[in-house]
Amino acid sequence: MEILVCVRRVPDTSENEIQLNTLGNDIERDDLVYSVNEPDNYAVEEALQIVAKTGGNVTVVTVGGEDDEEILRREMAMGASHGVLISDEAFEGSDGKGVATTLKSYIQKNPFDLILTGVQAEDGAAQVGGMLAAMLDYPFASLVTAIEILEGKELKITREIESGNKEVNEIDLPCVLSIQTGINEPRYVGMRGIRQVASVSIPTLGASELDIDSGAVGRDAAKVKRMDYFVPALGKGADVLKGSREQNINELVDLLKAQGGLQ
Amino acid sequence: MARIFAYIEHRNGATDDSALEIAAAARRIDATASPTAIVTGWGSDLDAVSTALLASYGQVWKIAKEALAYPNAEVVRKALVSLLPPDAILLIPHTHFGIDLGPGLSIKLNAAFVSDVLAIEGVEGANLKAIRQEFGGQVSAHVRCDISSGAVITIRPGAFKPVESVPAGGQVVDKSPEVGALEAGRRYLETIVAESVDVDITKHPVLVSIGRGIQEKDNVTIAEELAHAIGTVVSCSRPVVDAKWLPKSRQVGSSGQTVRPKIYLACGISGSFQHLAGLKGNPFIIAINKNPRAPIFQVANVGIVDDILEFLPELTDKLRAMGGNKASAA
Repeated sequence: MEILVCVRRVPDTSENEIQLNTLGNDIERDDLVYSVNEPDNYAVEEALQIVAKTGGNVTVVTVGGEDDEEILRREMAMGASHGVLISDEAFEGSDGKGVATTLKSYIQKNPFDLILTGVQAEDGAAQVGGMLAAMLDYPFASLVTAIEILEGKELKITREIESGNKEVNEIDLPCVLSIQTGINEPRYVGMRGIRQVASVSIPTLGASELDIDSGAVGRDAAKVKRMDYFVPALGKGADVLKGSREQNINELVDLLKAQGGLQ
Repeated sequence: MARIFAYIEHRNGATDDSALEIAAAARRIDATASPTAIVTGWGSDLDAVSTALLASYGQVWKIAKEALAYPNAEVVRKALVSLLPPDAILLIPHTHFGIDLGPGLSIKLNAAFVSDVLAIEGVEGANLKAIRQEFGGQVSAHVRCDISSGAVITIRPGAFKPVESVPAGGQVVDKSPEVGALEAGRRYLETIVAESVDVDITKHPVLVSIGRGIQEKDNVTIAEELAHAIGTVVSCSRPVVDAKWLPKSRQVGSSGQTVRPKIYLACGISGSFQHLAGLKGNPFIIAINKNPRAPIFQVANVGIVDDILEFLPELTDKLRAMGGNKASAA
């Protein structure tokens, strides 16, 4: 099976406190630790586990700039056969639909049996996978937590729904699935693996290579635009204890007693 | 102003709060509009829901088809595309279903798409201004959306205060005959209901709950020892389950358990809305997190900025030293 996984490089919220910049129009991006978007990494692992059974290749693709090549390389170190960087000034300022339009053009020229995305990016809207599927007229399922290969051109997939319940579907190939975290245990990528792919060439494709009408992507085509970032004025917010650790522990024990948590 | 529609989810013949919350969101777009509720399904449950919705919507579109007996988003999308006018503004709850339906529907309607909206500030000309969150709720963003060719907007559950009063005399319109073919490349097979388990986190008045901040599996013991000293059990947020450090049955959140404790100790939990959605009954929340900007501090009653891996063992030692203190059995 030929599988495409769409990945993104995002600030890692487990490593960073996200703060506003001094102008207040963006987050402070200096000194941020970036990594591959966490659900995307699960999607790559799932693709690798599928091709280990069925044969075939995993290709990772991202729409971005030259800084984003590092995550393609990281996912290739995990085992993806190919990496593709889609980058062009014309794509800058794209909304979700613009990104999906760009990916659609790539897939129409390079068909795949299965396309995976992560369920949502840290700064995203859980939108590109579903949009891409609709543009390609492929079936789509979100929040996928298990994939089973069936005979013929079908998969049996499990989706996460409310209250710990699961929804099981059959879905025709080719299709687009958005992958939820926890579907597998992504393999560790060591320095040795990174070094092995350090010199592999990663093609960069622009609007002209993909025959993309620059009027359909980028800032001008975007119907949805982020205007600013802000930190909302807190409601009451927590009463933050300011004492030493020992004082805080004593106060916490008193609170637990007062609230009926201890007798 | 384009016509506003609300897609209403229902189960077992009833809607949840989202029906009224979406009506409130619609009023933020156009205070004078009378939004139309759309319900899809099959059988007597659908009739009951349609009639009940007249209490909060002036008009209800009912789409009754056997293929819609289970809300498969791919099938629902086909039904909606065949009915909605070109510049419709459609509001959907941002749920497991809404996430499935919204993006693809916006493409088929050639409409703008904004997801997980917390607030709507109004409409100026062709632009709707809304508020979303990014980076797990650490920052918010104003978003401007051109709605001149319609819009699909998913609404965060719980973000809008429900409205109730509507003009009387509404009616249910059966739109089923206008719906075209509903075959889809994805077919619903079954729902697997979560298994019952030995430790039931919904039964405890105090919960020691851990998140990503616990860092590794071996550290879960730290939380278990504290829970034991208090006389309760350990619950958790999603990353702990994803990493297989605790079973799914311990997860608090929209895709996990809904709990109603009196006291909730959130330890190393950032406080995403999906997690908080599982925390009901207005518990007293004590948050311990080394990131002072963690969103959990916005909703907690008491906050402590500290490393749980050091703080929790010292708290456990203190409780043990106090001698045999156990949780209230209440």
